[in-house]
Amino acid sequence: MSTLAGRILPHPILTLFLTVVWILLQNDFSAGMAVFGLILGIIIPAVTAAWWPDRPRGIKLGKFMLYFFLVVWDIIVANVQVAWIVLTRPNSKLRPCWVVVPLELRTPEAIAILAGTITLTPGTVTADLSSEGHSLLVHALDAESPDEVRDQIKDRYERRLKEIFA
Amino acid sequence: MTATSIGEFAIIACLLFGALFSVVGAIGLVKFDNPMTRLHAPTKVGTLGVGSLLLAAVLHAWVYGDGSMHQLLIVVFLFVTAPISANFIAKVSIHHKTCETPPPPAKDKTWATLDTPE
Repeated sequence: MSTLAGRILPHPILTLFLTVVWILLQNDFSAGMAVFGLILGIIIPAVTAAWWPDRPRGIKLGKFMLYFFLVVWDIIVANVQVAWIVLTRPNSKLRPCWVVVPLELRTPEAIAILAGTITLTPGTVTADLSSEGHSLLVHALDAESPDEVRDQIKDRYERRLKEIFA
Repeated sequence: MTATSIGEFAIIACLLFGALFSVVGAIGLVKFDNPMTRLHAPTKVGTLGVGSLLLAAVLHAWVYGDGSMHQLLIVVFLFVTAPISANFIAKVSIHHKTCETPPPPAKDKTWATLDTPE
């Protein structure tokens, strides 16, 4: 049963995602379009399954949605903060610094989401990954100390991602 | 106060918000003085600016005539691709040594960008 479902739907989240993208692309919701989207969503993952060597294991969708809203909120707050820094802080008073974030996450998907989150939120940009993938290099626009930024990233985002990809 | 005029005010608010943040992003790009700090202005302020302009477009489509969700796709692709271009610009400035040299990573030998055969 599980192997049959696994063969037809090797990648259920991708199937759902492709269907939704197809419906949005059509910009016109009708049953026929939804069914065609679903067919594409089943065929594309099945055809490309051979190129997914380490298929991501299940994620906790409920926690992921909470994480998504947290990130959207942080993006809005961060934008106001960065805009304020841009408009009011002279360049000489900025305290940019490099931050090294040691990673506990091991799955590539989780690390990619963490890196994207860091780039989209408060005055931080992900610059690089270490050669073996055990740390992230982050550049902070204005930080009192690198340790504070590192602890905030680890506590606010990495801890939640670890639960999502557990 | 009809539904349409409430919608109009929401559209205006989104447009102004988006325009404001886009301008701030552009100012930041001009104002900052080194490549790494300069990277911060467009990646964040720009995404929210464009995001709320597109939100205004969605609202406009819903208030006048038939609804449209196309713009949501643009927002999604923008938010997925912005970190990647920021990452590549950062890699280039590490390579060209136009920024301070980053500290070594905690466990591994070096950063992936600098891990090149001599």
